[in-house]
Amino acid sequence: MSRIHDMGGRFGHGPVDPGRPDDPVFAADWHARALAVTLAAGALGQWTLDASRHARERLAPRDYLTFSYYEKWLAALADLLVETGVLTQEDLAAAGRNSGTDAPHPLSAKKLKAEDVARVLARGGPADRPCPAEPAFTTGQKVRARRPAENHLVAGGHTRLPDYAAGATGRIIRVHGCHVLPDSNAHGLGEAPEPLYTVAFPASRLWAHPENPRDEVTLDLWQSYLEPA
Amino acid sequence: MPGRLRRGWTCAHLRITLRPMPHDHHDDHPHALLPPEPALRVKALETILARKGLIDPAALDEIIDTYQNRIGPKNGAMVVARAWTDPEFRARLLENATAVVADLGFFGRQGEHVVAVENTPEVHNMVVCTLCSCYPWPLLGIPPAWYKSDAYRSRAVREPRKVLAEFGVTLPPETAVRVWDSTAEVRYLVIPMRPDGTEGLDVEQLAALVTRDSMVGTGLPKAPA
Repeated sequence: MSRIHDMGGRFGHGPVDPGRPDDPVFAADWHARALAVTLAAGALGQWTLDASRHARERLAPRDYLTFSYYEKWLAALADLLVETGVLTQEDLAAAGRNSGTDAPHPLSAKKLKAEDVARVLARGGPADRPCPAEPAFTTGQKVRARRPAENHLVAGGHTRLPDYAAGATGRIIRVHGCHVLPDSNAHGLGEAPEPLYTVAFPASRLWAHPENPRDEVTLDLWQSYLEPA
Repeated sequence: MPGRLRRGWTCAHLRITLRPMPHDHHDDHPHALLPPEPALRVKALETILARKGLIDPAALDEIIDTYQNRIGPKNGAMVVARAWTDPEFRARLLENATAVVADLGFFGRQGEHVVAVENTPEVHNMVVCTLCSCYPWPLLGIPPAWYKSDAYRSRAVREPRKVLAEFGVTLPPETAVRVWDSTAEVRYLVIPMRPDGTEGLDVEQLAALVTRDSMVGTGLPKAPA
């Protein structure tokens, strides 16, 4: 079944607090620091964006629901650093100690330098790739999202098919070319690019009590998430 | 070397017994080894990574300055104002937003693939990321807290009109709501409808009316003064 991060449609979360237009970008200094440490550590190149999402989604459900946004980032970062061997558990246990020196780390040559930040952020990480084959679907075609909404390569693994769309029928409204498949890439199984489509689902196909029969929800879904309908 | 072996055993033993923290006693992820208080947790991570030469604190300052002061909704507002005033620009934007906004200098992390969607009297567009917090950083900056909240992520797809009402927006029933759930690396920019009474305004004056929320679809542009 779906994992804790898969929130679309869930009941019980109460009203949205829209905040104020002049709210600061970062509500606390440590939020900014958490974002920056995460981006700088990511620049070491030891994991993909898909793997970092997977790390956040794997937090214990109780942690996921009680941690604030950037606490999730920090916890996932610490877990990734150990899992990829960048740091050891001993390093983490001693991480608060602000003294002593360490031998240079084998990855220190990959350290993101201040003068390279603008270039690295501007480069980003495009996810489009050459298509290994012609897309199977075209704009206007009816498709059904596969069910269950699970990773079909790795049990309990990362996927970008939300549970609320599983089994629902919609129509293709955009073809994006081929993009890296997160279900594979998050687990180090290769980029496995596939055609990516925007699929529009009538709200009445997703919810027992849609607000308005005209309303729609669109999702960006990979070809292996879909079957002809 | 019995002494070394013994010391090794002791360290391993200590690691296990020290591991549970009040905050995380129920899981055995490595993050539970860090201080539970988040400001101390980030400080600890920054300290150990800097000590090993893996991060440069000056680079962190640069990243923060970028997203705190340089990249934000003003970028997206300029795109919207151009689309309102230049039909040829608007047509190209709706056809291939990635290339058009890149020409304006808006590209990079979390904006590698951009699609612009236009509000009309028939369709109101609204953007969410139910699975995490995907958002067009080069155009709108870092997402606000509400965009990342459990309430917005869970409800925007199921009851967008009730969510819009919480933002003070009420749509007529004849207007369809189309909610874009950002499940891949495509980032969506909503082009809101140009407000009435803005015929004489130039691009800069128009851009000042374009709010962040109006480009996510949870708000409308400001009315002219």
